[in-house]
Amino acid sequence: MSVGLLYALAGAALVAIGLAGLLLLPQLLRKILAFNILGSGAFLILVGLGQRDGGIDPVPQAMVLTGIVVAIAATALALALARQLLDLSGRMRLPEDGPDAGAADD
Amino acid sequence: MSRAVAALVVLLAAGLAAALGLAMLDLPEPAVRLPARVAAKLGDSGVDHPVTAVLLNFRAYDTLLEVAVLLLALVGVLALARPHAARAAAPAHPLLQTLARLVAPLMVLVAGYLLWIGAHAPGGAFQAGAVLAAAGVLLRLAGLLPAWAQPGLLLRGGLALGLLVFVAVAVAVLGQGSLLQYPPAAAGGLILLIEAGLTLSIGLTLAGLYLAGTEVEP
Repeated sequence: MSVGLLYALAGAALVAIGLAGLLLLPQLLRKILAFNILGSGAFLILVGLGQRDGGIDPVPQAMVLTGIVVAIAATALALALARQLLDLSGRMRLPEDGPDAGAADD
Repeated sequence: MSRAVAALVVLLAAGLAAALGLAMLDLPEPAVRLPARVAAKLGDSGVDHPVTAVLLNFRAYDTLLEVAVLLLALVGVLALARPHAARAAAPAHPLLQTLARLVAPLMVLVAGYLLWIGAHAPGGAFQAGAVLAAAGVLLRLAGLLPAWAQPGLLLRGGLALGLLVFVAVAVAVLGQGSLLQYPPAAAGGLILLIEAGLTLSIGLTLAGLYLAGTEVEP
């Protein structure tokens, strides 16, 4: 097994951890962190698989570099939205499921 | 959320990881050898480093749209930023202020070096822009730079410069046949021009994502 493949397998584990965190954690800040872990896993898979047979593939590396910048921008926007929610509602979590859950989604 | 649902989600996520891992272990050989193709065309790209060649020549379209995404995210953050009452923030430690004053010019120097070296070695506009942005955040944390209430015309021009230069180059070389296909003789200069604009804009944008979200003095 090459080192690249090992990175990709670790990336798959990170994707699963991030996905579970995104679904299970109610706090928005933790959801954003989980989303970043999920994204890091995807980057690790891309770069790892790109060099699984030894040589370094510049194409996935450039794609991941692009992805990292987009992930930073998306994270900053998500944090600004979470901050807005904190200012408006005083809470940092999404409304719980309940009778008025549909109204809260609109 | 009940414990049963949580356990099910964890189980499904673990199953996803296992399926992904098994798929990776069983991957066929790639049909197209991308590294070889990049290496074959590297001479025409205008730069010596394969990642920079892919970013700003072979797949420059991705990078163009990425810069647009970055700018859009900042517009979103700025639209959400409202003046908060300034908290009684403790003034920054004088040691931090002195250090920030000493380090910030060096960080600008490092950014310039990273921009230039990107043609031959790991580096380039994004790394240089990230260093510039870090300098901005450091200066803000040391209390030497005000938060952005409303970016003025000059700042807005700086934010948009990278994208505008990129689009201008794309329009100028449209006659080559396909989008962002540079003439090989001019490719190196055009890439450096785009990267210089991008470095400034990315640095300002990344710093702005932080500065626009921080407290604004009333």
